Amino acid sequence: DLRVDGRGCEDYRCAEVETDVVSNTSGSARVKLGETDILVGIKAEMGTPKLEKPDEGYLEFFVDCSSNSPELEGRGGEELGTDIANTLYRVFSCENCVDLKSLCINPKEHCWVLYVDVLLLECGGNIFDAISIAVKAALFNTRIPKVRVLEDEEGTKEIELSDDPYDCIRLSVDEVPCVVTLSKIGYRHVVDATLQEEACSLASLLISVTSKGAITSMKKVGKGSLDPESIFEMMETGQRVGKSLHIALQKILDEEESLGTSRPKVGFLG
Amino acid sequence: MAAVTMRLPALLAPLDSSALRGGEKHLVAPGDTITTDTGYMRGHGTYVENDKLIASVAGVVERVNKLVCVRALKARYNGEIGDIVVGRITEVQQKRWKVETNSRLDSVLLLSSINLPGGELRRKSAEDELAMRDYLQEGDLISAEVQSIFSDGAVSLHTRSLKYGKLAQGVLVQVSPSLVKRQKTHFHDLPCGASVILGNNGFIWIYPTPEQKDDEAGGYTANLEPVPLSDREVISRLRNCIMALVTHKMMLFDTSILYCYEASLPHQIKDILKPEVTEEIVLEARQRLLDSEG
Repeated sequence: DLRVDGRGCEDYRCAEVETDVVSNTSGSARVKLGETDILVGIKAEMGTPKLEKPDEGYLEFFVDCSSNSPELEGRGGEELGTDIANTLYRVFSCENCVDLKSLCINPKEHCWVLYVDVLLLECGGNIFDAISIAVKAALFNTRIPKVRVLEDEEGTKEIELSDDPYDCIRLSVDEVPCVVTLSKIGYRHVVDATLQEEACSLASLLISVTSKGAITSMKKVGKGSLDPESIFEMMETGQRVGKSLHIALQKILDEEESLGTSRPKVGFLG
Repeated sequence: MAAVTMRLPALLAPLDSSALRGGEKHLVAPGDTITTDTGYMRGHGTYVENDKLIASVAGVVERVNKLVCVRALKARYNGEIGDIVVGRITEVQQKRWKVETNSRLDSVLLLSSINLPGGELRRKSAEDELAMRDYLQEGDLISAEVQSIFSDGAVSLHTRSLKYGKLAQGVLVQVSPSLVKRQKTHFHDLPCGASVILGNNGFIWIYPTPEQKDDEAGGYTANLEPVPLSDREVISRLRNCIMALVTHKMMLFDTSILYCYEASLPHQIKDILKPEVTEEIVLEARQRLLDSEG
């Protein structure tokens, strides 16, 4: 139970989380997990609801990995980016993750669309976990302005934004899942693999777990095969690790919140 | 039991200038003017613009009589004859292997420069050429010495001693070549139970000390027996100590690594990489080094 850097098979590297780093977004977060560096920005814009869900808003994910290395610039990073975005859609496809009904302004006509932009600043292994932690932190940090719908005599509806900049709705992130990646190396599986460990592992399992331990989605990546028994073991490990991940993340988010405006902002020049 | 630690980022405290030793060093960044005096010859890392000598890399200005050059802090490995390097085979070509050593060009290991298994010395024949892949394959790690440098800067290696050859089980740490101090010997057997090869190219190989020195092996037999947990712990701790020294840009040599290892013993292995623990053990190691010198 000892890895190259002294960690156990279920230990994460030390993570640094900071929210509200980008000022012109509705919510943002930056997560540094060892070498991996992720920046997530969420912008809330008004749009029309989807036809099959007229009284709900929705989330749109976009992943950009061009700042990583020259081979990922432009077209090269598109494949990786769409792959990560599709995984995020799948993770968040569960009904209760985000309270989408609170994003509705006017059924069938107006709703809030949350555009989640993920920037991969540096890839040091285990990007999915770091991205999911950053998305959860950014959603916690998102502040959507409150709007009122006024109806005119002719029946045209007007949207009025409240004047107070601090009058906004916050999303509850209790049910937002986090991804735990379990990489199979030899006969054991490890959590939070570094780049070298990822190179040694032939198959990995991505499990998205909520804070209560419920698994919302599962995906297998890699060209190796996984035995069904080891999949069960990995699922159990994923649930256990996911719960402690949520507890640690919530603690740090609450701590940051409690510091309020007096918190020294580190940002990118620290 | 899973351990997940998260923290808020902290501003890096500016380094205490009293901790910096050495005389005044002229540090420059790319674009900085070194001098406006036109009497100097420009060396590596500089260029002339508008009668001013400007640095093109970030580093230290070195002046030898009339020659001014800038030695970069982070640069690829420049081979010198007699250096020990640790490299990885990338290609198997007709009569040679191409070795990756973190330099500008891949290094070359000629078939005539290796020791055949068993230590026999004979002219390499055509069969040897065809059997090259049996000795060294793509992806193998080797330790070698620099024999000569080609005109284009590529380095030619040789493993003509029994202490060089293929490396078996261990951990590779990749650091910047400028952090490895030039010493008489680069093969160290540390008293804590592991051995380390400090390659001049920045590749450091940590491996469990072999029980007995096999002289007949010639460096090609790979010992693939499972390494005991105690040895693995020592190696992991050494690796984390080296990473800690690298983050604080300290020179790597056997004494500094050993002092850092001893300073890290009260902590758990996985805690060594936490920023506050790293700073603590590096400061202690630095203090001990200063005391032992002064």
